[in-house]
Amino acid sequence: MMKRLLGAAAALVLAGSIAGAAHAADKLKVGFIYLGPIGDLGWTYQHELGRQALVKELGDKIETTYLENVPEGPDSERAIEQLVRAGNKLIFTTSFGYMDPTLKVAKKYPNVHFEHATGYKRDKNMSTYSGRWYQGRYIQGQIAAKMSKAGVLGYIGSFPIPEVVSGINATMLGAQSINPNIKVKIIWVNTWFDPGKEADAAKALLDQGADIIMQHTDSPAAMQVAAERGKLAFGQDSEMIKFGPKAQLTSILDTWGPYYIARVKAELDGTWKSEDTWGGLDSKMFEMAPYTNMPDDVKKLAEETQAAITSGKLHPFKCPIVAQDGKEVECKGGDHLADGQILGMNFYVKGVDDKLPGK
Amino acid sequence: MQLVLEKRAERSRTIALVSPLIAIGLTLITMSILFAVLGKNPIMALGVYFIAPLTDGYSLQEIAVKATPLVMIAIGLSLCYLANAWNIGAEGQFLMGAVAGSWIAVNTQGTDAGHWVLPAMLVAGAVAGALYALIPALCRVKFGASEILTSLMLVYVADLVLDYLVRGPWRDPAGFNFPTTAEFDPVATVPVLIEGGRLHLGSIIALVVVAGAFVLLDRTIKGFEIRVVGVAPRAARFGGFNANQLVLLTFAVSGALAGLAGIIEVAGPIGHLQPGISPGYGFTAIIVAFLGRLNPVGILIAGLFLALTFIGGEQAQITMKIPLDVTKVFQGILLFYVLACDSLILYRFKLVFTSRQVQSGAG
Repeated sequence: MMKRLLGAAAALVLAGSIAGAAHAADKLKVGFIYLGPIGDLGWTYQHELGRQALVKELGDKIETTYLENVPEGPDSERAIEQLVRAGNKLIFTTSFGYMDPTLKVAKKYPNVHFEHATGYKRDKNMSTYSGRWYQGRYIQGQIAAKMSKAGVLGYIGSFPIPEVVSGINATMLGAQSINPNIKVKIIWVNTWFDPGKEADAAKALLDQGADIIMQHTDSPAAMQVAAERGKLAFGQDSEMIKFGPKAQLTSILDTWGPYYIARVKAELDGTWKSEDTWGGLDSKMFEMAPYTNMPDDVKKLAEETQAAITSGKLHPFKCPIVAQDGKEVECKGGDHLADGQILGMNFYVKGVDDKLPGK
Repeated sequence: MQLVLEKRAERSRTIALVSPLIAIGLTLITMSILFAVLGKNPIMALGVYFIAPLTDGYSLQEIAVKATPLVMIAIGLSLCYLANAWNIGAEGQFLMGAVAGSWIAVNTQGTDAGHWVLPAMLVAGAVAGALYALIPALCRVKFGASEILTSLMLVYVADLVLDYLVRGPWRDPAGFNFPTTAEFDPVATVPVLIEGGRLHLGSIIALVVVAGAFVLLDRTIKGFEIRVVGVAPRAARFGGFNANQLVLLTFAVSGALAGLAGIIEVAGPIGHLQPGISPGYGFTAIIVAFLGRLNPVGILIAGLFLALTFIGGEQAQITMKIPLDVTKVFQGILLFYVLACDSLILYRFKLVFTSRQVQSGAG
């Protein structure tokens, strides 16, 4: 009896997968690997919104699948390979820690295309994509300097990797362009997503005299703390205004939809190539949330800066850049730092009163 | 008339054998209902979870890869728990083993060091895990400190040590400041067993560990001592067994196994040291140990079964779009039924026909 049941179940599964395969023949299968739960209201949520935008646009030609909450260790390699084995031909792996696993699977399946977010390793069938979020940070730095009464900013750092360090530097450069004596206090929480730790860090920063909270972590916890204490804050990754209607100044919104649509279209047309995409404000890889809770002149300043960065007139890392130790940084990109210098940024600019962890 | 639980005069051997089967049966029924409510075909869903992963070589390999660290750690923990020593910090011992082994890998990188590197790494991992586990064991034996608390707290210490090393001294110089060491050299990597697959030597080592634990517990005096100290400490004292010594011994062995699992994981499927090398193996292994009734063969089965639900859960997400949370509910329900059914070993249901009023009147 048991045997027969098992047989029946196996047959059903088989039938199901054959039906699935026949169905898939006419549709391109696109897979996504997510770090967090799709409801994290931050990083993963924004990728999920991107996927939904993709389905809305090309839903009749493609079938999408996602795996959520995939840890960045050896499990991710299996998860990526599972997607390949399920017939996905284009796979987006949406966190830095998936870099080596993605590369390993890419080498094994040369006919499948991979897209890895925020990494630096590429291959013939593996692209990378990321956003120039430092541009948004520069604008936030200017706003913060205008709005801070204490002249002290509180910054919640996740991990001291170049993306986060360049964010801190861009913030400081923006803030210094308004107030040369601005101070920043940094707390490293060593996590991308841990609402408890993020809230504690925000409280500690406010207790230390900061009156504006900035974050490079994914949850709205810090925004809620700022709102409770009647202070101001910037959101991260997604729109967090509902967690601090009177607190949010703006937020960097990751808008992955247009990129996902463009890449899937290329795949459908057969023009997909391995590329390194580092999109800024001009490419809509991210947007700034509406400028709120600030006087009109600050809002106007922010909009002008945004326009200048978008048009390329202003580069946040315009030379000369002076490092924390007072030495000028070599300028490899003409009148601004070269992309490679920003992508591998491993120093603080002058005025940051903190020691870079691990240095 | 009412249904009551009545204590059995002695443990029921039959129930001890069939209770896991009852638990799995109840889980299947509950999950079928849940799948039906979600609008999925229950038979197909259960097929994806339990049968599909067993039907191709790739998934079988992945199950073995996932189960390897769980089984290795759980075997060590079972020895501790049998001896009434509560090691909750296997996660930390796992990390310390990974760190110690990686130390050799990092320092021999790019040199022409020979084939002694990997064996040395495995030994270093096991020794480091054992030493790290001896800290809470010594604290208990010497000062009476609760090993549950100290071993757990040391997990966070190990986590931060690893974090410091990969962000600082051991960071890959070509890695843009990202927190990871460079990829280990081939001589510092655990070999895969099947070309193109991920099944590695570690799975064989895990099987040897299971066999070793079986012999230890079933055929040796030491194994007998461990059992007696756990079940009847007073009798053990009269028997001249030294409970403190056993605490140290079982902690050291379980730490060594966790450390070995750690370095195998790093030198095997991962290939370099980085933060987040363990998705909580040290804690999941506690579940595996109890699911396997602290018995080596049971632990092997439990480890494979838990791995199966992970792999099946992923396939269910892909082929049937069943959310990950359902897999977690699944694992939770399974554990719940296993524990619930276990109470039937010591208790039995009985229908009582006398009414409560009569009883209280008589009393």
